[in-house]
Amino acid sequence: MEIYILLGFVLILSIYLGLELISKVPSTLHTPLMSGANAISGIALVGALVLGSDTQLQQALAFLAVMFASINVFGGYLVTNRMLKMFKKK
Amino acid sequence: MSFFENISSIQNIIYIFSSILFISGIKMLGKEDTAVRGNFLSALAMFIAVSVTFINVINPLLVLIGITIGAIIGSLIALKVKMTSIPEMVALFNGFGGLATFFIAWSEFNSIPSNNFQYLLVMITTYIGGVTFSGSVIAYGKLSETLKVEKSSIITKLFTTLFYISIIYLLYSIVITKIFTPGFDFYTILLILTLLGGVGFVIPIGGGDMPVVISLLNSFSGIAAAFAGLLLLNNVLIVAGSLVGASGLILTIIMAKAMNRSIGNILFVGYASSSSVSKSEETGEVKPINVSDAYLILENASSVLVIPGYGMAVAQAQHVVRELGELLEANGTEVRYGIHPVAGRMPGHMNVLLAEANVPYDVLVEPEDVNPSMDTVDVAVVIGANDVVNPSATEEPGSPIYGMPIIEVHNARTVFVLKRSMSSGFAGVQNPLFFKENTRMLFGDAKESIGGLVTEFKE
Repeated sequence: MEIYILLGFVLILSIYLGLELISKVPSTLHTPLMSGANAISGIALVGALVLGSDTQLQQALAFLAVMFASINVFGGYLVTNRMLKMFKKK
Repeated sequence: MSFFENISSIQNIIYIFSSILFISGIKMLGKEDTAVRGNFLSALAMFIAVSVTFINVINPLLVLIGITIGAIIGSLIALKVKMTSIPEMVALFNGFGGLATFFIAWSEFNSIPSNNFQYLLVMITTYIGGVTFSGSVIAYGKLSETLKVEKSSIITKLFTTLFYISIIYLLYSIVITKIFTPGFDFYTILLILTLLGGVGFVIPIGGGDMPVVISLLNSFSGIAAAFAGLLLLNNVLIVAGSLVGASGLILTIIMAKAMNRSIGNILFVGYASSSSVSKSEETGEVKPINVSDAYLILENASSVLVIPGYGMAVAQAQHVVRELGELLEANGTEVRYGIHPVAGRMPGHMNVLLAEANVPYDVLVEPEDVNPSMDTVDVAVVIGANDVVNPSATEEPGSPIYGMPIIEVHNARTVFVLKRSMSSGFAGVQNPLFFKENTRMLFGDAKESIGGLVTEFKE
């Protein structure tokens, strides 16, 4: 139980940190921020890598999780980069 | 210390480093000058976290195949997609992230959770991940306009009911199944109900409320990853997931504020069932104008404000709008673009479209910056926007959109409204702006009308 309290602490602090860091985002960046954050949620890939593979079902689930998280990661970062490159100052 | 313990502590130390990069990355993503570097830092953080996890992966070959397939599909979509389809693309990628956490939770259920808290986490992660996936797929369908479902249709009502049932079933799965083990495969039913519930969550939410749903789903995908991190005792998942959850939440709040509505009202009530109907009858007549007369007024204007809306996206008029803006500037006119936070179908939709058309972002202004000096604007050109310029929001306490911050174009000297017909906006509210003394209606396709003005200027 101890470990969950510790990790719960990390969770709360990270959410608070996130709220503080991006509270004043200019509206120009709303879409890129969303898309960039979306790419970060592809961190599920790390979770997919450590899954157990005792049964065939688990092997299949791990493979699918890796694949879909990878689409999220690669697609997310590339599309964000493409979008940000378009924003120009006068 | 055994070899594996060593590896695991090294991994954890590198995870901390990766977390710091994620935090700096998302911070830099929030500022125009540093955004590109921020995105790069966050990608680097991802690369480091994945590489260090890869070291003790059980089946490296299979994982590499999975990553390669994912990378090819993701990159192809990201590089091929047209910039105008960005909203639905972001929704789809978001859904895939949710699907991955859904699979993670499913797999962990089969590892047989060792304690009650893990059991709870498996159920919650399954639910949030699954709802994020199926909800995002529906959002993708709505944004790409391949899916059209009426809010009042039987299908919508059926799925909305399934959404509520799925929540009750989730609570059942968390609380009851651990005490009385059911004689049926309750988890498979949870998997199915979760996916149907996600459909029911998004299906009743329409058009102009999409920016809120997209932001919320974005937040969910992060929260799902963070919960998966708790489940797998992995701190980089928790940190990165939480950051995404927070950023999605901020966008959700910004969007809801820009509509002066609560998040609950947007998700569960919507405009359609709002009981108050605008009482103001159409007063006076609309005054149409043609392209040549509009040109004469624009030619003599010294300050022009363009207010784009979803109609500009539909008409694909952003390039010709930029061309008109450049011609006006060459003519000595100051041109600015008034961007309402909820114009379009996703947060910042108009900004992306205008950026694609090479409009520099420093001529884009927000409502609170432009409203105080609106009386110095000679011509406000409203292109396919409706509710975000509806004066009822400030003048008519009975209106469903009363109190919503708008771009007060009715205070400009002259207003051009480019519109296909006299239909009302997404909110279903008649717009008194069209009947104002200083308003001129330029009917027709926005791209053609602006194109006509461009031709007039060139001659």
